[in-house]
Amino acid sequence: MSAVRIFVPHDAAALSVGADAVARAIRAEAERRGLAIDLVRTGSRGMLWLEPLVEVETAQGRIAYGPVAPRDVAALFDAGFALGGAHPLAQGPVADMDWMRRQRRVTFARVGVIDPLSLDDYRAHGGLAGLSRALAMSGADIVEAVKASGLRGRGGAGFPTGIKWRTVLDAPAAQKYVVCNADEGDSGTFADRMLMEGDPFLLIEGMAIAGLAVGASKGFVYIRSEYPHAFRTMAAAIEAARKAGLLGASVLGSGRAFDIEARLGAGAYICGEETSLLESLEGRRGVVRAKPPLPALHGLFGKPTIVNNVLSLAAVPSIIADGAQAYAAYGVGRSRGTLPFQLGGNILRGGLVELPFGATLRQLIEDFGGGTRSGRPVRAVQVGGPLGAYLPASQLDTPLDYEAFAAQGAMLGHGGIVVFDDSVDMARQARFAFEFCAKESCGKCTPCRIGAVRGVETMDRIIEGIDRERNLALLDDLNELMTDGSLCAMGGLTPMPVMSALRHFPEDFRRAPKRQAAE
Amino acid sequence: MSAAPGWDKDRARAIVEGLAALEGATLPILHALQEEFGFVDPSAAALIADALNLSLAEAHGTISFYHDFRARPAGRRVIRLCRAEACQANGGEELVAQLRARRGLDADAQDDADLTIETVYCLGNCALGPCALVDGELVGRLDVERLSELCDGAPVEAAQIAAGAER
Repeated sequence: MSAVRIFVPHDAAALSVGADAVARAIRAEAERRGLAIDLVRTGSRGMLWLEPLVEVETAQGRIAYGPVAPRDVAALFDAGFALGGAHPLAQGPVADMDWMRRQRRVTFARVGVIDPLSLDDYRAHGGLAGLSRALAMSGADIVEAVKASGLRGRGGAGFPTGIKWRTVLDAPAAQKYVVCNADEGDSGTFADRMLMEGDPFLLIEGMAIAGLAVGASKGFVYIRSEYPHAFRTMAAAIEAARKAGLLGASVLGSGRAFDIEARLGAGAYICGEETSLLESLEGRRGVVRAKPPLPALHGLFGKPTIVNNVLSLAAVPSIIADGAQAYAAYGVGRSRGTLPFQLGGNILRGGLVELPFGATLRQLIEDFGGGTRSGRPVRAVQVGGPLGAYLPASQLDTPLDYEAFAAQGAMLGHGGIVVFDDSVDMARQARFAFEFCAKESCGKCTPCRIGAVRGVETMDRIIEGIDRERNLALLDDLNELMTDGSLCAMGGLTPMPVMSALRHFPEDFRRAPKRQAAE
Repeated sequence: MSAAPGWDKDRARAIVEGLAALEGATLPILHALQEEFGFVDPSAAALIADALNLSLAEAHGTISFYHDFRARPAGRRVIRLCRAEACQANGGEELVAQLRARRGLDADAQDDADLTIETVYCLGNCALGPCALVDGELVGRLDVERLSELCDGAPVEAAQIAAGAER
């Protein structure tokens, strides 16, 4: 009998709840019983409340068990889990699980399925089909396909990717660059991390296609230092890709060069802003550049540069392999394709949900998420990171697409959804938005650098009930000034969470101030 | 100005020169120095400025811009505690308050050979918060007891397993 294949995630979220110890326990128990197993470490399926989620390959497909603790392992073997046996932790075949069945996994198709560092596994699951096709296409045709897919920048701004690529393609230069923005700093987002840890070759393939499309021979992936696991996996995957001839002087033997270097950020949120990221890559303070000139024309080291988010680049291989129309068939209006949403915060079943645009927040939070982890009512949902709006429970039916969110004075951003229950104090959250901006502002423009500090002070006075009406008027004024006068989205969007909190939860800004207990 | 104990100027120079040929070498150099010594001694600014043909101000400005680079060695146990919104939604700030009330420990305020607690904004584990990166390993579903034990040097894996057992 051949060895039973058992899968245990190596994703950082799974590790954070003991996946390594579970993997070790499974190995030890199998050895004790004289059972031959082939233990494969994978990415995570994104069902994070079930982590560590162990899967076993059977004739009925992969059967899931979770959340598994090391102390459960002996009982799982007793129950015959190596053959898919019944056990209280059994979740059934992964493919039949509601959470997975109701998703449309395009970008995340392989994450949690394959060994992230096995190129053979990657190929066997459809990897490199896009790059192989791209090698037979002209740069202009690749760019046209990306345009026709309707893909928009997944980092948050939603700018059409194909148009950006066209600009770089048309810019004459001896050296061009592809820069992947993997500085996923928004709280509530973890899709980039999961993708880099679970399917790094997909990002490499996407970057290589981008390089072929615009004539760039060098790529950088800039990964935040808060993601040490993702950085290690990416660096190892790049090395493996070089060895296999997927990167280097002749990509897949085509005679065309493309190579990638992984670079580590250093704890600055602002470096997720593309021009600040370029400054950082060049070795300077991560201070924002004024635009124009656009990075597409005057980017890294002054050369034409594609700067795209991880998810934008990772969407490209399937667009090229399966055709632009197949991708564009998903979604609504001008939001085409799928978005890997990330459900976090106070949520019962949090994790990664890839869906075509157009589903509602309610479907995500209630159907997928099962409501709050605390069991209390949902009061506020912040979508799109620390610069995104807080939406009240009454707006949960808002469809998840770029335009519908913009119409609500909100933004989808990178698809991060953070749920708060009714214990949240929205005046405190508004204060935090300013506090975060004050800490992370690059300092180049005055509205952001000074405005954020003034915002914290003003919020403190409002919370303490000092001259409240005048300070609320001042807050409005400050929000308007920061929105209109800041150089980039950091200062320009910090008012978004503040104003949305004020608009939807005005009562929190007019509470009787908490008094210190009497002496 | 003499360098802090643990800093080796020749070794530092070798690291700087070994990486100087990279495009935009400053950050890789700084990370390599911190990896080697646990901190970046202020004297590194001159070494980097020299090797990369920068002004001292430019090199110093880069080092001081980024939260990651420490001018002094960290404690033996380094806890980077997430204080962003998703962890706040799960009581992350309550952990900070309890740590202060029970132990007198504050984030970003330790100057201790045993323990460094730093604020970090998001570790990408937003469905399993509150969380922290402890000596480089991610720990989910922290509570006051586990965080307090980690401050005392408890093994990281024990905290991870305990978090996993909390279903």
